[in-house]
Amino acid sequence: MTEAPKLNSFRNGPDERGHFGQFGGRFVAETLMPLILSLEQAYKEARVDPAFHKEMGGHLVHYVGRPSPLYFAERLTEHLGGAKIYLKREELNHTGSHKVNNVLGQIMLARRMGKPRIIAETGAGQHGVATATLCARFGLKCVVYMGAVDVERQQANVFRMKMLGAEVIPVQSGSKTLKDAMNEALRDWVTNVHDTFYCIGTVAGPHPYPAMVRDFQSIIGRETREQMMAAEGRLPDSLIACIGGGSNAMGLFHPFLDDAGVEIFGVEAAGHGLSGLHAASIAGGRPGVLHGNRTYLLMDADGQIEEAHSISAGLDYPGIGPEHSWLHDVGRVTYLSATDEEALEAFQLLSRLEGIIPALEPAHAIARVIELAPKLPRDHLMVVNLSGRGDKDVPQVSEIFESRGR
Amino acid sequence: MTSRLTARFQALAADRRAALVTFITSGDPDAGTTAKILAGLPAAGADVIEIGMPFTDPMADGPAIQAGGLRALKGGMTLAKTLALVGDFRKGDDATPIILMGYYNPIYIYGVERFLVDAKAAGVDGLIVVDLPPEEDDELCLPALAAGLAFIRLATPTTDDKRLPTVLRNTSGFVYYVSITGITGSATPDFGAVAAAVSRIKQHTDLPVCVGFGVRTAEHARAIAEGADGVVVGSALVEAVRASLDAEGRATPATVPAVLDLVARIAEGAHAVRK
Repeated sequence: MTEAPKLNSFRNGPDERGHFGQFGGRFVAETLMPLILSLEQAYKEARVDPAFHKEMGGHLVHYVGRPSPLYFAERLTEHLGGAKIYLKREELNHTGSHKVNNVLGQIMLARRMGKPRIIAETGAGQHGVATATLCARFGLKCVVYMGAVDVERQQANVFRMKMLGAEVIPVQSGSKTLKDAMNEALRDWVTNVHDTFYCIGTVAGPHPYPAMVRDFQSIIGRETREQMMAAEGRLPDSLIACIGGGSNAMGLFHPFLDDAGVEIFGVEAAGHGLSGLHAASIAGGRPGVLHGNRTYLLMDADGQIEEAHSISAGLDYPGIGPEHSWLHDVGRVTYLSATDEEALEAFQLLSRLEGIIPALEPAHAIARVIELAPKLPRDHLMVVNLSGRGDKDVPQVSEIFESRGR
Repeated sequence: MTSRLTARFQALAADRRAALVTFITSGDPDAGTTAKILAGLPAAGADVIEIGMPFTDPMADGPAIQAGGLRALKGGMTLAKTLALVGDFRKGDDATPIILMGYYNPIYIYGVERFLVDAKAAGVDGLIVVDLPPEEDDELCLPALAAGLAFIRLATPTTDDKRLPTVLRNTSGFVYYVSITGITGSATPDFGAVAAAVSRIKQHTDLPVCVGFGVRTAEHARAIAEGADGVVVGSALVEAVRASLDAEGRATPATVPAVLDLVARIAEGAHAVRK
């Protein structure tokens, strides 16, 4: 995290004011600005403090269970008959997804700043569960905002959060999904700014969140480098990850951005298809300003935000992290998309071939692997970020299959 | 500062009384009703009119103003139609200052340059854009000042003495002091703390200081007018619109009088104080 920046690097962003090219920034109400500036200062100090890293490193090993394995998916590779596919097993982390990496970092920062109350927003519930878990571990009060629609479709996670002592507030405004949960969390923060730390779950929001969350998640890519060198003696040829806000993807991608030989793919949720309801902000949106940053957004001609749709509650957001918007504009990362149907197919394929039930989110990445891998040579090394496990999605998926008589 | 705002605050100062600043949402529940309310506001006692530009995701506003914005959007309100409403109002009133209040994205999508030209031409005097702090002044604040529109900034209880000069640097028209840490229409402010904050701000600027968030009654308005140069009322008026609608959310004959009567009552409180 403290390595010296290189010139002509894709890894130097953001600038002092939090911009990645035209994206990013700090578009928030004045009430929040003093706190955001003090958070930026606290993070600047923490990231160069060896004691902070030492403590976090201990928790990552003994509590989270890192490093997560880089697993050669032998049967999936055989089945597809092309690239050699490795899965970065973030679903084996404590709480079942990559979210815990970032939450640990932010909770340690909140403790440093003396904030006893933590708020979070959550879509699928994975970030909410991770936040509730670490608040329990460190004895902090936890309030999680979740769209009422998501509360309905992710009940297992709602129950988990409550068992962990968190208060879950169903959000009834707007489309009742992640975007509205984020609005409510911001309102809470504006109201309780004196004692509250807002633990944002993805690489979005006002600066310094996109950079800070990316840094905490970059452990995924750093481990992958080492593990791939140990397994194959060289770097991978391609990386692929699903994108809602894009934190699991940014965590995997960032340490490889300056390796020109590594091709990088992000996969957005195409929902019912890009001409119908979807959540693909880059493929179907344009630059705008929401939730504290400028980034690609789904909106109408008058700049009103449109509702996103994805089968996966974790990808169901009308925006994307600003660094992804920039990486798209400069052409370093290729952004693809996968529909609900393709994700469901991939969900089943991985379950049956590897005995790994993926979350619906990374099933979107697997869906593009199914298409890309067969066209690639057998010595091509591909890493897929398996960002979460599918336990939370089993009831929803089984309901869909039952309704179709499968 | 634009001439209408300057003239209005100078006249109020000469009269030794505080301004009543009234907020309504453009197009809530329809453009025709908004036009009638606008036309009646000056006679009801509004000294400055703030018009909300509806946005789907108003993160600093409470449920009342959010619901008003969604009613307006459902009725087809757009930024262009809001500017047209101001233009129509100006045909009958060239003295009452008008301020547009909202969030940045609709303006950004409309195009900043085009927006400033059209707003000026329609007769807009100033802007309040909640999600543009001084750190993002290049986006709209500086171009607005160059175009002759006031850029009114919010100062809040979290804005300490160290930050205040940053907040005031490019502020014009007046300073809008947010009386609570919270969203619009939530808690009732602590009037003693508000008075102290207003005098603190006045040590840093010669601009008028108006106070809003949580003002619902003539008594609240009177308490704030003791120390401030103006009182802002918003959620209470939007709530009056909502309470007057029929079951389908349409305006009724009661809608316009409900808002104007409430403005008249609050104006009595705001104007009762002679300084």
